[in-house]
Amino acid sequence: MPSLKDMRTRINSVRATRKITSAMKLVAGSKLRRAQEHAEAARPFAQKMAAMLANLAAAVKDQGEGHPLLAGTGKDEVHLIVVATADRGLCGAFNSSIVRATRRRIQELKEQGKSVKLICVGRKGRDMLRREFGDLIVEFMDGIAGKRRIGFADAERIAQKVLALYEAGQFDVATIVFNRFKSAMAQIVTFKQLVPVEPGEAATGEGVQAIYEFEPDEERILAELLPRNLAVQIYGALLENAASEQGARMVAMDNATRNAGEMIDRLTLRYNRQRQANITKELIEIVSGAEAV
Amino acid sequence: MAETLTLELVDPERVLASEPVEMVVLPGVEGDFGVLPHHAPLVSLLRPGVIRLYEGAKVTRRIFVAGGFAEVGEQGCIVLAEGAEPVDQLDRAAVEQALKDAEEDLADARAPSEEERARLERAVAIARARLEALTAPVV
Repeated sequence: MPSLKDMRTRINSVRATRKITSAMKLVAGSKLRRAQEHAEAARPFAQKMAAMLANLAAAVKDQGEGHPLLAGTGKDEVHLIVVATADRGLCGAFNSSIVRATRRRIQELKEQGKSVKLICVGRKGRDMLRREFGDLIVEFMDGIAGKRRIGFADAERIAQKVLALYEAGQFDVATIVFNRFKSAMAQIVTFKQLVPVEPGEAATGEGVQAIYEFEPDEERILAELLPRNLAVQIYGALLENAASEQGARMVAMDNATRNAGEMIDRLTLRYNRQRQANITKELIEIVSGAEAV
Repeated sequence: MAETLTLELVDPERVLASEPVEMVVLPGVEGDFGVLPHHAPLVSLLRPGVIRLYEGAKVTRRIFVAGGFAEVGEQGCIVLAEGAEPVDQLDRAAVEQALKDAEEDLADARAPSEEERARLERAVAIARARLEALTAPVV
């Protein structure tokens, strides 16, 4: 049986923890709002770019093999997975759900006899994958996921890395895995293929495809557009991820705060019972002592 | 007000313009070109330069872009810009400093690889265009 003093210490420590978790929840809440706005601001560009890409891809479809980023290498042997996680923990299942999905994907690909390479963005994902798949990690991009505001330049850095590997023939298919932000409560682990690019359906206005003039020619525009598109895709994924991380943390910290509250109630009840038991015991001792005299 | 077309100017981080304009002049890689309503469908690469929005014969806004793409279609003109900044928000001293830094980087680079050199030259070109955007007279 813990003494009264022990229980008091314990209650105080849980109280302190609750203070921390509730502060973290508030911080995550305000960061979430910012991250969400940020992700929303980036969306029009991504949409417009996808539309333009679809138009262009449709225009060059009939001409030869096309750009390697669009056509792929013609093989399906080596897969590159960009694993986007957070730099910090204490955000529920945010990191572990990405890592779990990645692990499953790696296993699947290996069973099909394919080899896998990994680029880790975010410290947590690297830490969790390093033990098992350390030899697969070709690159670790530090200092991006933890930023207060992820800039387009950060996404470009990753895109350049991916492009360099692709040009060196290091992989055939690239995918990025991240948490898509559905709401503060729900984040969905999503795999998105980066290379080769899968252009969406061309936006055909009432079936009449406008005949575009290109300046300079289609191929040069496409050669500029495709690498940019890669960066835009990665940027979008990073922003979604950032919003998801804050959402997940907010929910996790809310739960923790509530749990701490319940724990405090339980401990306080036990503490008071114990105190009363002690008082009763002492009274009995006094009374029976007096009777004996 | 004369007939207008819709201009949408977006960069990866935000929307800079989404409004009807009477004419917009874009810095294409093969020369500046103006877009009026009912322009023929066109896709063009942009070089570093200034996008000018017109109302009548007057320039209402000037926006610097470091590059990007423009698509002119039935719906209007869509510009996917890189490094877009309104010209009136550029800081003269910072721009000059950036140009100097870029030129120094290029001069200091010892035996740069072909890509490295291309990247540095591009940075200088962008910085120079940005300075020109500030000094050029408003047409």
